[in-house]
Amino acid sequence: MDRGRGVSGQYQLTQLESIEAQSIHIIREVAAEFERPVLLFSGGKDSVVMLHLAQKAFWPGRIPFPVMHIDTGHNFPEVLEFRDECAGRLGVNLVVASVQESIDSGRVSEETGPDPSRNRLQTRTLLDAITEHRFDAVFGGARRDEEKARAKERVFSFRDEFGQWDPKNQRPELWSLYNGRHRAGEHIRVFPLSDWTELDIWQYIATEEIPLPTIYFSHRRQVFRRDGMLLAVGPYVTPRDDEEVVEVSVRYRTVGDMTVTGAVESPATSAEDIVAEVAASRLTERGATRADDRVSEASMEDRKREGYF
Amino acid sequence: MELLRLATAGSVDDGKSTLIGRLLYDSKAIFEDQLEAVERVSRQRGDEYTDLALLTDGLRAEREQGITIDVAYRYFATPARKFIIADTPGHIQYTRNMVTGNSTADLTIVLVDARKGIVEQTRRHAFLASLLRVPHLLLCVNKMDLVGYDRDVFESIREEFAAFASRLDVSDLSFIPISALQGDNVVQRSANMPWYEGASLLHHLEQVYISSDRNLIDPRLPVQWVIRPQTASQPDYRGYAGRVAGGVFRPGDEVTVLPSGLSTTVAGIDTFGGPVEEAFPPMSVTIRLSDDVDVSRGDLICRPMNQPTVGQDLDAMVAWMTERPLKAGDFLALKHTTRWVRAVVKDIHYRLDVNTLHRDEAAATLGLNDVGRVSLRVTQPLFYDSYRRNRQTGSFILAAEDTNVTVGAGMLHGPD
Repeated sequence: MDRGRGVSGQYQLTQLESIEAQSIHIIREVAAEFERPVLLFSGGKDSVVMLHLAQKAFWPGRIPFPVMHIDTGHNFPEVLEFRDECAGRLGVNLVVASVQESIDSGRVSEETGPDPSRNRLQTRTLLDAITEHRFDAVFGGARRDEEKARAKERVFSFRDEFGQWDPKNQRPELWSLYNGRHRAGEHIRVFPLSDWTELDIWQYIATEEIPLPTIYFSHRRQVFRRDGMLLAVGPYVTPRDDEEVVEVSVRYRTVGDMTVTGAVESPATSAEDIVAEVAASRLTERGATRADDRVSEASMEDRKREGYF
Repeated sequence: MELLRLATAGSVDDGKSTLIGRLLYDSKAIFEDQLEAVERVSRQRGDEYTDLALLTDGLRAEREQGITIDVAYRYFATPARKFIIADTPGHIQYTRNMVTGNSTADLTIVLVDARKGIVEQTRRHAFLASLLRVPHLLLCVNKMDLVGYDRDVFESIREEFAAFASRLDVSDLSFIPISALQGDNVVQRSANMPWYEGASLLHHLEQVYISSDRNLIDPRLPVQWVIRPQTASQPDYRGYAGRVAGGVFRPGDEVTVLPSGLSTTVAGIDTFGGPVEEAFPPMSVTIRLSDDVDVSRGDLICRPMNQPTVGQDLDAMVAWMTERPLKAGDFLALKHTTRWVRAVVKDIHYRLDVNTLHRDEAAATLGLNDVGRVSLRVTQPLFYDSYRRNRQTGSFILAAEDTNVTVGAGMLHGPD
C-alpha cells in the first residue's frame, strides 16, 4: 500500500490505505508526546497488526518503544512461541508481566468456582506493570466494532491514578488532534485500531502478508462443546463427564486465555480463506468465541472501568 | 474501496436509531448475536418491539436512562464503499458531542420528522455541520409513511430548509424523503413515492463524490517525528515523518520549512512499502530533504510560493465544552497540528445562538455548549490556514492547564 494515487488516480486512498495512514499518524503522535510508551503485544492478530503499523511508522528507523505481554500462564504455546519470534525479528524489547507472579506474590487470588478464569486477574498485573515501568502511554489493539462499550472508547483514552476508565467523563476528541496530557501516575490508553473492523484486519493481513500464530489457521484439535463454544482440551481445561471430546478441524478467531477462548470449525488455511469466512459470518468474533464477554450486558464496560485492556 | 465518514445527530423519537439499525441490518453489519442480545433486553424490559437503539447505546447509563449520551462509532460496508458512522445525540446539551462527530465527517445526515417539519434541532444540526465544514449535508425527511407519502409535505419542508441553509455555508445539500421504519428509500427506491426521482439514501451514500473535498492545492506537512536510524546501513538517513495535511508533494519540489524559512527540495518520499512519487492527504509519509536544514517536530513543510499564515494572534470560532465558562484573560493549552502552545483569551467578540444564528455581542463568556467568536494570543507563532480552506491546518483544540481535559475546539479565520 501507499504506493500511488490510490483509487483510479484521483488522489483518493482506498479505505484500508486511509485507516492505515490514520493509525500510523496516531502511533507517531504517541512516540513524540509521551516519555515512556509501551505496546501491548499478545501475539494475537490485532496486536500483530498494531506492531506491523508501528514498524511502518518509524521505518527505516526502529520502533522507539518496548512491547509488553500480560501472560496469564494459560496461553497457547504456539502463540508464546510466535510472540518471542516476532519480537526478535523486529528488534523490539519484550516485557512479560506474569499473572502467575501476581498470584504468587499475593496481589491477586485465583478465582474459585466451577470454571475459574484468570481473565479478570490480568487487570491487576497490567496496572502493576504500568506502575512499575512508569509507562505513560499504553497501546492496545481494541477495536470499536468488537463490543458496544468499546464503540464509545476514544483513541486517546484517559486513565486515572487507579487505572480506571470513566466512560461518562471522556475527553472530547476532535479532528486528529489527540490530547495526551496527563499528570504523573495517570496514563493514556491508545487505540490505533479504533476504526478497523475484524474484516479490515484480515484483509490487511492478507494484503500485507503479515505472519500470524498457526492457531489462527485450520488445524486438527481435540475439543468439546461448552456454552455453545468449542473449547480445546488442554492442561487448564478439562471436559466434564457429560462433555464429549471430538477431534475436528478448527481455527481460532481470537487468541485469549485458553480457558475462555473458543475455536470455530473451519477449513480455512490462509488469510484469504479467512477473509471469505469473516465476510460471510453472522456472529461477532467475541460473541462466537469469548466466554468472558458473556457474563452480563455490561461485562466489558465493567472490566474496562477497572482498567482492563 | 473508498471510505466515507458520516455523522448523524438526533433524539430518541425522530427515528435515527431505526434508520441506523436499518442501514446496519440491511448491509449485514449487525450480527446475529448482537441482535439476539438486543431482543433479549427488549423482552426483559417489556418493550413491544425490538429496540434497535440498544445496539448503539453501549454504556450502562445510556441503557438505564434510554438516551444516547456520547458519540458512538458504527461500521458497515457495501460492495461500493465502507462507512463509519459517528452517531451523536441531538439535544442542545450534547452540542459538544455533535461538534466532535462532525469534525471528521465527509457527510452529515440531518433527520426531520415529516409530521413536525423543521424544528429548532434541525437548524442546530445543520448549523453545526456547516460550522465544522462537513462538505455534504443530507436532509432526510423521515416518517413519510405517517403523512401518506405526500409530496407536498416533502416539498414544503425542502423549501423551508433550503431557505434556512442559504444563510449557512453549505456546499452540497441534498434531500431524500424516507421511512426508516418501512424502509422506503433507505436501501431501495420506494414504490410509495413515485414522484421522488432521486437516489435512495444508501445509493446516495455510495455515490456522493468525495474525492474533491480535501485540499489538494496548498502543500502542508506538519512534522510529527524525525526518523534517524543511525545504524551501520543507514548512518546518515534523516527523514521527516508526518501526515500530509494539504496539497501534493513530489520529489524535486522546492519546499520551505517553517519557522526557519529555509528552502530546499524534496529528495524523496519514503514509506515502508517503498518510495512514492506523490504524497497527498491523508497519507502518512516520510519526506527527505536535499539539504541538511534544521527541522524538528512542530515545524511545517510547505512551498516557497504557497505559505500559510504565520502568527500569534488568532481569530477563531470556538465551541466550548466544559462547565467552567471561558472568559477574557483565561490561560489554556492549545494544540494545533503537531504543536502545543500556551494561549490567553484576549476577547470574546460574540456568542452565537446555535438555534437562531443570532450574535450576542454583549456576551462576556462562553458557557458549556456555546459557540462564539474569540481572539487568542499564543506564546509561539502558529503556521495556519483558515478552517474553511483546510480543516487540518485551520483547527485547534484547547485543554485546561490544571485538569488537562479538552475543553474547547477552535476553527480559525484567516486572511482569506
